[in-house]
Amino acid sequence: MKRRTILKGGAALGFASMLGGKMSLAQGLEKVKAGFVYVGPIGDGGWTYQHHQGALAVQEAYGDKVEIVWQENVPEGADAERVLTQMALSGCNIIFTTSFGYMDPTNAVAAKFPDVKFEHATGFKREHPNVSTYNARFYEGRAVQGHIAGKMTKTNKIGYIGSFPIPEVIMGINSYYLHAKKVNPNVELSIVWAFTWFDPAKEADAAKALIDQGVDVIASHTDSTAPLAEAAKTNGAVIGFGQASDMADYKPSPRVSSIIDNWAPYYVKRVGALLDGSYAQADAWEGIAGGEVEIGEITDAVPADVKAEAEALRDSIAAGTYHPFTGPINKQDGSAWLAEGATAPDGDLLGMMFYVEGITGEIPS
Amino acid sequence: MLRLEKRPSPSAFWQWATPVLAVVLTMIAGGIMFALLGKNPVEAIRTIFWDPLFNEQFAAYSRPQLLVKAGPLILIAVGLSLGFRAGIWNIGAEGQYIMGALFGAGVGLALYPVETRWVFPLMVVAGIFGGWLWAMIPAILKTRFNTNEILVSLLLVYVAQNVLASMSLGLLRNPEGGGFPGSRNLGQIPAMANPELIPGTGMHWGVIAAFMVVIAAYILLQRHILGFQIKLAGQAPRAARFAGVNPQRLVLLCMGISGALAGAAGLFEVTGPSGQISIDFNVGYGFTAIIVAFLGRLNPIGILLAGLLMALTYIGGELASFMLGLPAAAIQAFQGMLLFFLLAVDLLTNFRIRFGTRKEAL
Repeated sequence: MKRRTILKGGAALGFASMLGGKMSLAQGLEKVKAGFVYVGPIGDGGWTYQHHQGALAVQEAYGDKVEIVWQENVPEGADAERVLTQMALSGCNIIFTTSFGYMDPTNAVAAKFPDVKFEHATGFKREHPNVSTYNARFYEGRAVQGHIAGKMTKTNKIGYIGSFPIPEVIMGINSYYLHAKKVNPNVELSIVWAFTWFDPAKEADAAKALIDQGVDVIASHTDSTAPLAEAAKTNGAVIGFGQASDMADYKPSPRVSSIIDNWAPYYVKRVGALLDGSYAQADAWEGIAGGEVEIGEITDAVPADVKAEAEALRDSIAAGTYHPFTGPINKQDGSAWLAEGATAPDGDLLGMMFYVEGITGEIPS
Repeated sequence: MLRLEKRPSPSAFWQWATPVLAVVLTMIAGGIMFALLGKNPVEAIRTIFWDPLFNEQFAAYSRPQLLVKAGPLILIAVGLSLGFRAGIWNIGAEGQYIMGALFGAGVGLALYPVETRWVFPLMVVAGIFGGWLWAMIPAILKTRFNTNEILVSLLLVYVAQNVLASMSLGLLRNPEGGGFPGSRNLGQIPAMANPELIPGTGMHWGVIAAFMVVIAAYILLQRHILGFQIKLAGQAPRAARFAGVNPQRLVLLCMGISGALAGAAGLFEVTGPSGQISIDFNVGYGFTAIIVAFLGRLNPIGILLAGLLMALTYIGGELASFMLGLPAAAIQAFQGMLLFFLLAVDLLTNFRIRFGTRKEAL
C-alpha cells in the first residue's frame, strides 16, 4: 500500500463501509498473508503458545498459499495500534489480535484499512464490517473440572485462582463451583485474585495461600505452570489442572486433567474462507463441540468411575444435550437467575458480573 | 600492553563521539547476534534503522510515529537529566508517569460528561501535580531523614503500579465497559482528547511540550543561576556549598521538576496515543528515559536526538520482528547492547588508551 492510499483512507472508509455490508469476497485470494499479534512470548507455555500453535497449523494446512508473520510481547495500548498498522501496511490480508486489550486498537486500525480483515480474540466490539471477534466457551471445560474437583476433594475445600474479575473469568468460576456442588453438597470454594494473566511468582503465592487454607483441588485462570508446581510440593495431597495448554509435564498428578485452548480449527477455517472467497464477518464462540476447547487426558490419579462420569459430562456438552448453566440457578444474593430447565442466554454469560448462590466473598471492584 | 591514563579534563571530542561509537558497536555486535540467529544481519540492521525512515511502504506512517514514541521519552529524560547532573538520582519516573496519568484522567473522568474547553488544561495541571507529588515522597524523605532517593523512588514505582491496577478495576473503570478493567477511552471524548494536531505528523500536545522543555532546559542550564547551581553541585559539591547552593532546596527542585515532567508525559499519553487507563498502561517509558538521558549526555539537545534514536530502535525493532521473524527478546537484547556499549566506551571520555608500559610512556 502506498502513501497515497493511506491519505485517502478517510474518504475510502465511507465508500467501503457503504459497500462492505453487501460485498462479501466473491472471489477468493490467490495467496493470503496472515498476521498474528501476541501479548506474551510464544514460549509462555500457555495462552500465546497455543495461539502460535494455531498459526503454525494454518501454515501447515495451506502451505505455499499462506505466509504467516507474527509479533510477540506487544503491549496493549498505543504500541498495539502501531504494530497493527505496520502489519497492515506490510500487506497482511488478515490479522488476528489475540488478547482482550487489543480491542480498541483493532477497531481503530480496521477503520483505516477496510480491505484488511481483522479478527479479535475475546472482545465484543465489531465497529466496522471488517472486524470479527472470536472466543471459546471455556466455561464448558470448567464444568468438567468442577465435577472432578467435587469428587476428588477430601477437605471439601476447593480453590480457584482468578486472573481479573471480568465476565470471562467469573463464568468460569460459577461453572466450576456449580458442578462441584452438584456432586458434593458440602464443597466450599475459595477464590484468590492474582490480577495478572501470567506472572509465575504471583500465581505461586496465590496457590500457597489456597493450600494454607486447606484447599486440596486448585483450578487456575492464569497461564503459567506455577500453581501446579506448588501443588507438586505437597506429595499428592493437592491436585490441579492444566490451563490454556495441556501442561503434561505435571502428569499424572498434580495435573489430573486440563483445558486446552485449541485455536487451530478456527484459524484454519477463517484463512481458508479468505482463500476460497466465502469469508464473512463473524462473532464466533465455539466450545467443546467445535474443538476449540479440549479436555486434556484425565489421568489415573482420578478413580475410574469419576473419570467415566467426567467424560460423559464432556460428551453431553459436546453433543448439545447438556448446557453447563441449566436452571434452577440463583444468584449469590438469593434472587432467581434461571428457572427450572432454562439455559443461560449468551448475553447473560458475556456480561456475567455476579456469583451464583453458595459462593462466598465479593467480586472485587 | 594496553593501559589507561586519566585525562586531566574530560575530552570534549569523545564526549560527543562516544554515543556515535556506541551505536556503531551496537550495530556490529547486534549484527553478529542476528547472524547467529540465522537472519541476514545487514537486512536486520537495515530494517531497524533505515526502513522506518525511508522504506516507501512504511515510512509515511513510521516517521510520525517516531515523534509519538520519542515525545514522552524526551519529556521525562530532560527532567531526569537535571537531577542526574546535580547528583540527584530519580529512578522512579515510571511511577511518577503512572501517577500523572491517574491524577489527570481522574480529574477528567470526575468531570465527565462536561464538554468545555478547559477540561483538558485542567487535566494537564492535575497530571503535572500527580507526578510532582509522587516525586516529593522520596525528595522529602531524603531531605528530612536522609533516606536514599534511588531506592525510595524505585520502590514507589511498584506502589504506583498497584494503585494503577486498583484504579482500572475500581474507581476509574468504564461503567459501560461490561465489567472489563480499564477506564473510558479518553481519546474518544473531545474535551479530554489529546489528538494528532496536524494529521500525518504525529504531533500532539505531548510532543510540543517535549520540544518546549528541551529549549527551556537548554536556557536554564546555559543562562540561569539554577542551571549553574545544578552543574556546580554535580561537579563539586563542596564548592557548591561555599557558593551558597542549598542542597536540600536543590533536591526538592530537581525531584519536583523531573516528577512533574514525568507526570505530564503520563497525562499526554493517557489522553492521546494510549487513550485509556488500563492495568498495563505503563510500558516502561520512565525506565527507558534513563537510558535516553545518558545516551544524550544529560544535555537537552543530546536528549532530543537520543530520544529519536531510541524511538527508532523500537519502531524498527517491531518491523524487524515481524518482517524477519526475529524474536522479541533479540530486539530487547539489541537495545540493551546500546546502553552497555555506551557505558563501556564512556571510558574514553575520561581516560586515554595508551599502548606500551608505563615506563616507556614516562
